[in-house]
Amino acid sequence: MYRYDEFDQAFVEERWKQFRGQVERRLKGEITEDQFKPLRLQNGLYLQLHAYMLRIAIPYGVLQARHLRKLAEIARRFDRGFGHFTTRQNIQFNWIKLEQAPDILNELASVGMHAIQTSGNCIRNTTCDPYAGVAIDEIEDPRVWCEIIRQWSTIHPEFLFLPRKFKIAITGAAEDRAAILFHDIGIRIVKGDKNETGFAVYVGGGQGRTPVVGSRIRAFLKKEQLLSYLEAIVRVYNLHGRRDNIYKARIKILVMALGIEEFTAQVEEEWQKLDKPSIDLPATEYERIAKYFEPLALKPAPISDEQVTKRRASDPEFNSFTRNNVRAHKVPGHVSVAIALKEPGKIPGDASADQMDAVASLAERYGHNEIRVTYSQNLVLPNIALGDLLKVYDGLVAAGLASANFELITDIIACPGLDYCNLANARAIPIAQDIARRFSRLEKAEDIGHLRLNISGCINACGHHHAGNIGILGVDKKGTEHYQITLGGSPGDDASVGSILGPSFPAEELPQAIETIVETYLGLRENPKETFLSTYRRVGKEPFKRAIYDNEPSNSNGMSDALEKV
Amino acid sequence: MSAYYRGGFLEDSWVYIPNDASLPESGVDVIVSLARWRNEISALTNHKGKLGVSINPDDQLEKDTDTLTGLSLISISFPKFSDGRGYSQARMLREQFGFKGEIRARGEVLMDQIPLMMRCGIEAFEITHEPTIAAMKAEALPAIFHSYQSPVCQQLGNIRRFQR
Repeated sequence: MYRYDEFDQAFVEERWKQFRGQVERRLKGEITEDQFKPLRLQNGLYLQLHAYMLRIAIPYGVLQARHLRKLAEIARRFDRGFGHFTTRQNIQFNWIKLEQAPDILNELASVGMHAIQTSGNCIRNTTCDPYAGVAIDEIEDPRVWCEIIRQWSTIHPEFLFLPRKFKIAITGAAEDRAAILFHDIGIRIVKGDKNETGFAVYVGGGQGRTPVVGSRIRAFLKKEQLLSYLEAIVRVYNLHGRRDNIYKARIKILVMALGIEEFTAQVEEEWQKLDKPSIDLPATEYERIAKYFEPLALKPAPISDEQVTKRRASDPEFNSFTRNNVRAHKVPGHVSVAIALKEPGKIPGDASADQMDAVASLAERYGHNEIRVTYSQNLVLPNIALGDLLKVYDGLVAAGLASANFELITDIIACPGLDYCNLANARAIPIAQDIARRFSRLEKAEDIGHLRLNISGCINACGHHHAGNIGILGVDKKGTEHYQITLGGSPGDDASVGSILGPSFPAEELPQAIETIVETYLGLRENPKETFLSTYRRVGKEPFKRAIYDNEPSNSNGMSDALEKV
Repeated sequence: MSAYYRGGFLEDSWVYIPNDASLPESGVDVIVSLARWRNEISALTNHKGKLGVSINPDDQLEKDTDTLTGLSLISISFPKFSDGRGYSQARMLREQFGFKGEIRARGEVLMDQIPLMMRCGIEAFEITHEPTIAAMKAEALPAIFHSYQSPVCQQLGNIRRFQR
């Protein structure tokens, strides 16, 4: 992965010292909270319900063992011993003291980490495929471009006070695992007419209160022109995006207001006028960065391992783990291992300091030092030799991290919700816990198969509910927490926004409603291979609606229990 | 009026002329609004004294390319520090219009934004925020000298990632 040289290191040192000065000026009252707010936000510091929250950047979700150990240390010294991985592939600490924030940034800088632009109305962390560089279906490793975009957008002087936040995602694989069509800019590495690689560019996707699937702005962009093209898009947005209403300020609203043709025309015109050589990367600089991402020298090996096969036959939990959490690597005889931070009943995306250290050790010993964070709030050890899989698995079991439910119904994405966030209308974590407990029997979850269930505590949609096959949105209904269900969302290549099923439910009735939806799917699917999403797309919303809203409450135990309580 | 330049505060003779006020007779350096500039361009070019134009965040400058480039000064307004349109306007003036005169910032100009403004080609700053004035007098510019982008001008002496 990319390694900071003297330049990057000097930069990040300057940045935390600058922030220390800003905090001092705030504590002395020289700047108002209004004036301080964008400065702290651009360093990842939020004021939440109970304390400050620090969101630390994990650029495109790539970590080395020493980074994860540093995060564990911060969890112990400055927080309550755990951290929360986010849908932006970052990590949040929820119990931070303002006066300690500069010390934390100093600690992070010592391993080349920071919290720059993890918040605020600026260009945020680039989302990336967690299997970048190791996936079988990849055209080209997108991490090189993630790093190039990271450098270009870092303290870009023109784009730190945009109308609203701005998120870019990039994928280099056939299957989109970075939800690029739900980002302000989505980039897909594609092959051109002469088999040269370039980019298809999408714009104006997003979630929040106006969920939109991105539109294609350019079918093919030459690789070397990426930065100037991004600069043209962001400049048109900076000049013309709405600033009068925070809910209408994202680029998607501008794209919808102008229409994609007119927006494209404005971007192309601006792009023609830009001094491209001063923006685009010289070939030498591209090569310098690309060198950090050269594939590991892994030795191809047999694709089966006797010990693994034996253990699978004797240990059903390990067998499930290999089925759900282990993926083939592009080098035969190697695998990528997903660590689901989703044990039913636990807080989705949370890891304790000890668990972070345990993962760091496994990465050091067996994983070529590398760890990835997925936008579904899980971790991945991308480079594991099949011969080491049992040792890695046993290490995960010992650390309480061997949950075998990756990408199953209990692998729930949930925002922090009303337990932490001052934007939330309703709690998300306990809802995720209740639902996960309902499906905690692994055989059941495996029978249901691939099902993305996402929960947001408010309309800002940090829990990606619009993109969930089943989405749950917390709403405030006359002062009580209610939950609206959407069905049919998808974050992938076939991106779609979920459709609202009907009236919302109070928290105590929600798990039963979800169970009814799942049972309805199981009854309707043509065969066990037909996923929830495929079935939904085939049969539509009506059968689910009928099952949920037409049945007498006495038909379902959970529902009648809930009613008896009232 | 005084404005901050890299190195210190300098007194200058610029006077903002409201739209409904008549121009001073001669010898005074005046700044008028873009609207007035567009309407009274021939009268204004006869003014004896230097000429500047003030622009606001929602001013569209594309049609004024030819007339703005000859001015001595363009003053960009930042009514709120969080409105970042002026950064794009400054870069477009420098890089696309080839504007060589002085670009200054007015409005909510704060010490943390000044280095960013400099990197977009703004060189003079009308500052009203007292702690910022004190910090500038103490030469305590909170700058980050390493930058990944090409700066429009070299006031900060940025250390760049690489030469383009």
